[in-house]
Amino acid sequence: MYVLIAPGLLFFVVFRYLPLLGNIAAWQDYSPFLGFRRSPWVGWANFAQIFSDPELLNALRNTLLLSGLQIVFAFPAPLALALLLNSVISVRVRRWIQTVVYLPHFIGWVIVVSIWNQMLGPTGVLNHVLKLFGLKAADIIGNPDSFAVLVTAQVIWKEVGWGTIIFLAAMLAIPQELYESAALDRAGPWRRIWHVTLPGIASVIILLLILRLGSVLSVGFEQILLQQPAVGADAAQTLDTFVYFRGINGGDWGLATAAGLVKGLVGTVLVLGANRAAKKLGGEGVF
Amino acid sequence: MATRPIWQEKPSTFVSVLKVLVLAFTVVVTLYPFIYVIAVSLSNPKVYTPGDLLLWPKGFTTAAYQLIMAGQTVPRALVVSVCVTTVGTLVSMFCTVTMAYGLSRTSRVPGARPILLLVLFTMLFSAGIIPSYLVVRGVGLLDNYLALIVPGAISAFNLVVIRNFFMNIPEELYDAARIDGAGELQILWRVVLPLSKAVLAVIALFYGVGYWNSFFEAMLYLNEPRMWPIQLILRQYVLQAEPLGDAAREQTQVHLTPETIQMTVLVLATVPILLVYPFLQRFFTKGVLTGAIKG
Repeated sequence: MYVLIAPGLLFFVVFRYLPLLGNIAAWQDYSPFLGFRRSPWVGWANFAQIFSDPELLNALRNTLLLSGLQIVFAFPAPLALALLLNSVISVRVRRWIQTVVYLPHFIGWVIVVSIWNQMLGPTGVLNHVLKLFGLKAADIIGNPDSFAVLVTAQVIWKEVGWGTIIFLAAMLAIPQELYESAALDRAGPWRRIWHVTLPGIASVIILLLILRLGSVLSVGFEQILLQQPAVGADAAQTLDTFVYFRGINGGDWGLATAAGLVKGLVGTVLVLGANRAAKKLGGEGVF
Repeated sequence: MATRPIWQEKPSTFVSVLKVLVLAFTVVVTLYPFIYVIAVSLSNPKVYTPGDLLLWPKGFTTAAYQLIMAGQTVPRALVVSVCVTTVGTLVSMFCTVTMAYGLSRTSRVPGARPILLLVLFTMLFSAGIIPSYLVVRGVGLLDNYLALIVPGAISAFNLVVIRNFFMNIPEELYDAARIDGAGELQILWRVVLPLSKAVLAVIALFYGVGYWNSFFEAMLYLNEPRMWPIQLILRQYVLQAEPLGDAAREQTQVHLTPETIQMTVLVLATVPILLVYPFLQRFFTKGVLTGAIKG
């Protein structure tokens, strides 16, 4: 049995736990040529710099903005779609729609971004149609002001269908008798959603929200990395892209590691905190 | 065709129309971009102008596909992607299944609990990009295809999903197999795996899709453009509009616009996913739920 576990265990030790040690670079002026042993120690200087580096503060602001938009719009979107799908009577129509809306989840970000450029870019379909109606062309892809909206819309487009799976399954688990008795009590369709469906899936919603909170400081790394050149770093630098560009491209290893470490810690604390809060409020929590 | 429960009233016309509109909009917005891209890749640029609302190719031609497949860059990248995806999925499935099986037999494996906690902890807190990069560099995987596979070989989430599924297999089946003289490996191979086909199919799909779509690992760890998988070629060629290595050939074929060629590369990068999709779709719900609903 231990032979069976060994390859997996080795993986976790080398690629998940060994890197944790690498975080000591956060307290060093790390240089790949000197390695951990000979790189000079700088104490908390990297952490102090985090809170004074304007580029990093900008990245933090962008991250929180994008994350906030996603929690407010992209998180409830699958719930709304699931409620809608759940109200479709015909099983066949429902299945067919599900097949379609699941699809984008399996497409990588490179492809998604390429496709969106074809639709909304300067020579894309949207501008072509606008021109047909005699309207002004809109540069959506390259506009820093609308970048946050664009990114949120892409996330919804890609993941809304996939997100419905869990909600739909949770809705299926609600006993039909509850709806029936609610209907006998003269509760209309909206009231049944409010008093039966939503309470029935509340624990799932809370669970997903807790997990989502853990990644408040990491938003769509690949997605944003791919689109940053089009709008510039002012609008599209996030903590993750900052760590990548400053650390691996810019050679500022210590600072980038410190920023990544703080990001990870904050995420963990948020998950644990939200979990505790959910339990206090009488819910189940994740752990 | 399900029927409406008797207690449920028929929705008003207004609500029905609204529902149909919203759902139709969702479907069109999801599906149309794919149709458009395929249509452009098969269209003759002499006949259509960029941005035309296409449902069907205009001036049907497969010239772009022929040109690209006759070149070097894209076919090579496709081969790389197919190989990395296949080998990666096999490696991932092997490591995940064996470890999940070992950890599912808590009664027979002292120490399984702490190891499981070790795994769960990585879901909560993981080292950042930089320390991970340093480890990959440290073990000498830079410019090696293994760098695309090994550092992400096991997803803790998938591991937990499979383990939970194994835990639900009745103990009697194990006992029966053991009485018949089967060893642990035989039990895994002959009893457990055949019972878990659906869940394994979904997890394999998740891994496969991950490998097929990944570009960041390749960008980080492969400096040699000749080694790049298709997603990285796509990024360079479609998003950054850098010419393919086969530039000379493109110029001789002036009747194809860069856009047509870009869309063709895009289709080639998407098609493999679309091919496996219908076969595995019926397992999605099951696969997502076995792991997700439990904490």
